[in-house]
Amino acid sequence: MNQPGFLDIISFGPGGWGAALLTGAMMTILIAISGFAIGSVIGTFGAWAKVSGGKTIRFIADGYTTVLRGIPDLLVIYLFYFGGSAAVTAIGRFFGSDGFIGFPGFLAGALAVGITSGAQQTEVFRGAFKAVHRGEIEAAIACGMSRGLRFRRIIAPLTVRHALPGMGNVWQVVLKESALVSITGVVELLRQAQIGAGSTGMPFNFYVVAGATYLAISTLSGALLQRSERHFSRGVRRN
Amino acid sequence: MDWSFALETFISLVAAIPLTLQLAATSILLGAVLALALALLRLSGVRVLDWFARLYVFAFRGTPLLVQIFLIYYGLSQFPAVRHSFLWPILREPYWCAVIALTLNTAAYASEIIRGGLLSVPHGQVEAARACGMPSFMIFRRIVLPLAVRQALPGYGNEMISMVKATSLASIITLMEVTGVAAKIISETYRAIEVFVVAGLIYLAINFLLTRLVHLIEYMLSPHLREPRLQTSVQGESK
Amino acid sequence: MNAQAHITPQQALTVRNLHKRFGNVEVLKGISLTANEGDVVSILGSSGSGKSTLLRCINLLEVPDSGEVTVGDETIRMQQARDGKSRPADQAQVERIRSRLGMVFQSFNLWSHKTILENIIEAPVHVQKRPRRECIEEAEALLAKVGIAEKRDHYPSHLSGGQQQRAAIARALAMRPKVMLFDEPTSALDPELVGEVLRVMRGLAEEGRTMLVVTHEMGFARDVSSRVIFLHKGLVEEDGRPQDVFVNAKSERFNQFIKG
Repeated sequence: MNQPGFLDIISFGPGGWGAALLTGAMMTILIAISGFAIGSVIGTFGAWAKVSGGKTIRFIADGYTTVLRGIPDLLVIYLFYFGGSAAVTAIGRFFGSDGFIGFPGFLAGALAVGITSGAQQTEVFRGAFKAVHRGEIEAAIACGMSRGLRFRRIIAPLTVRHALPGMGNVWQVVLKESALVSITGVVELLRQAQIGAGSTGMPFNFYVVAGATYLAISTLSGALLQRSERHFSRGVRRN
Repeated sequence: MDWSFALETFISLVAAIPLTLQLAATSILLGAVLALALALLRLSGVRVLDWFARLYVFAFRGTPLLVQIFLIYYGLSQFPAVRHSFLWPILREPYWCAVIALTLNTAAYASEIIRGGLLSVPHGQVEAARACGMPSFMIFRRIVLPLAVRQALPGYGNEMISMVKATSLASIITLMEVTGVAAKIISETYRAIEVFVVAGLIYLAINFLLTRLVHLIEYMLSPHLREPRLQTSVQGESK
Repeated sequence: MNAQAHITPQQALTVRNLHKRFGNVEVLKGISLTANEGDVVSILGSSGSGKSTLLRCINLLEVPDSGEVTVGDETIRMQQARDGKSRPADQAQVERIRSRLGMVFQSFNLWSHKTILENIIEAPVHVQKRPRRECIEEAEALLAKVGIAEKRDHYPSHLSGGQQQRAAIARALAMRPKVMLFDEPTSALDPELVGEVLRVMRGLAEEGRTMLVVTHEMGFARDVSSRVIFLHKGLVEEDGRPQDVFVNAKSERFNQFIKG
C-alpha cells in the first residue's frame, strides 16, 4: 500500500484525495444548509405556536422542543433513516415490489438535522421576539397598522435582527451535526475521510484533514455571518 | 404499538443504561477538572498559556465530536509508537477512547462556561476580601469560586445534558450503550418508531432527573437569592 | 387661540362614560370628556389615577370594558364577545381611527431598526398609502419644525432622549392626525432635555392643534393648555379652564396635588 502523507491527501493531482474531500465538504455544506433551512421553517412555526398559539398548540410546541432537547441527535437520524426505509418498503410492498427499498440517506439526514435544529431555532426565534421592545409594537398599533402590516414591517424585521446571533450559533451546531449523517452512507466530508482512511491505512492523517476542513468551514461561515449581522443590526437596541 | 415488543426493547435498553451513565459521569467529572484548568489558563494573564487555551477551545468546539472520537480511536493506532507504548491497553479500548474524546470535548465547552462565571464575580467583592487581608488563594477559594459556581451552574447544567446526549456517539465505535443497543434492535427488526420511542423516553428520563438535580443544587447554593424566611412563618418555601 | 375664533366649535374627540378594569382593580369608573378642535387638554392626576389608561383607551391600545369613543363624527363600534368582554366590532375601523390619532409615548418607542426619516414615513406610506416622495418631503419639513433636520438618516439609538421624543412627535404629526395624544411625553427625559420637548409642544398648541396631554408638567398645564382635567381614582374631579381650576379648585385633593 502506498502510504500518502498530508500533502498527498489534500493534493488534487493523481493519487491525491483533494478532489474527493472537496466534494465531500460540498456535500457537508449542502446537508447543513438543507437541515438549517428546514429548521428555520419549523422554528418560525414553533415560535409562532409558543408565542400566540392556543393552549393545545402551545403544549405541542413545548413538547416538541423539550423532547428534542432531551434526546440524542443520533437517535433522530436512526429514526428517519431506518424508519424512512421501513415506510418506503411498506409502500413498495403495497405496490407489488417485494424487496427492501432504502430511504435516501441525504433526505433522512437533512430531515433529522432539520427537526433537531428546528427545536433550537424555535427557542431562538421565541427569545428574539420577546426581546423586541413592547413599545415599538405599541407604536405600530397606535399608527393604525393592521396585524399583517405590523408583522411584516415591524415585528418580523426586529425579531430577525435579535435572532441573528442565536441563528449563527445554531448554524455552527448544524454544521457539526451534519457529520452524524455519515452513518447513513452519504458521502459527505467525514464519510469521505473514512473511505480514505480505510483504503490507505492512514486514519490519523485523514481525520486531521477532515477536522481542519470543518474548522475552516465554520470559521469562514462564522465570519460571514458576523459581517451580515453587523450590517443588519444597525441601530437595533439590545437589552 | 406492539406492547410486548416495546417491553422487550425496554428491558434490553434498561440493561444498557449503566454504560451510558458511566460514560457521561466519567467524562463530565474529568472534563470539569480539565475545564477549570483551561479557564484558569485563559485568565492567567500569561500570553502563551492564554493562547494555548484559546487554540484548544477553538479546535474542540469547531470540529464535530465524531471526528474527535475517530481521531482518537482509529487515528492514533496509525502510529506504531502508540501501538507499542504502555498507553496502548487504554487506547485500544473503545470505552476509554470514548471517555477521552468526550472529556476533551466537554472541557472545551465547559471552560468557557466557567470562565464566564469567574468573570461575572463583581470586582468590588474581591476588593472587599483583599481589604480584609485575605491571601489570593483564599479569596479564590472562599469568595470567587462559590460566586462563580453559582453563576455558571445553569449553563453547566445544559452542558451536562449535552454530554448525556453525546454519549450516544460511542455506539459508533461499537459500545453498546443505550443508543448502541437501540440501533442494533432497529437494524434487526426495522421497527424504528417503537425503539425510538422507548430509547427516547429513557434519555428524557435521565435528562429530566439531571435537570432536577441541577435545580436542587442551584437552590441550595443560592440562599441569598431566596426570600428571607421569617422565624414566625411556617416552614416551607415560598414560590 | 384659534378655537376661540370659531363660533360653533367642532367636536374633535368625545369620550362617554368609559369604564376599564384590570382584574379586580377598576381603573376608570366612568369618564366622559369632550375636546373641541383646537383644545389643548391637560390631564393631571397622581400615579394610579388612571390618566394613562384613559389615553390608551382612546386609541384602543387598551380595550375599554364599556363606554364610547368618538373621533370627529365617527364612533368606534364595540360589541360584546361571548365571554362578556367588550371588543371592537370592526378592526378596520379601529385602524382607520388610530391613524387619525397621533400618539406620543413616554418612552418614545421609535422603531429601532429604521432611521428617523424611515420612522416618520412608515405609517403615511404603508397605512395611509400616500406617495412616498410626498411623504419624504413632508417628513423633512416636520423634522425641521421639531429642530432635528440633520438627524434624518440617524438611527434612534444615536439620538438623545429629547431628540428621540421630538422625532416621535414628528412621526405622530406625519399622519396628519385630527387629535394628538401625549402620554407623559417628558417623564422619561433628563431634566435638562424637558424644555426642548415642551417648546415643540407649545408650538403645536399655538398652531391650533387639538391635543390631549397626560403630564406632570404644571407649568405646561397652567400656561399652555386651554383646559385642565384632574383625575382621581378613575373619576374626573376637576374640569375647567386652567385659570379657574388652578386658582379656586373645589377639590381638596387637587389643591394638595398642586402643592405637592
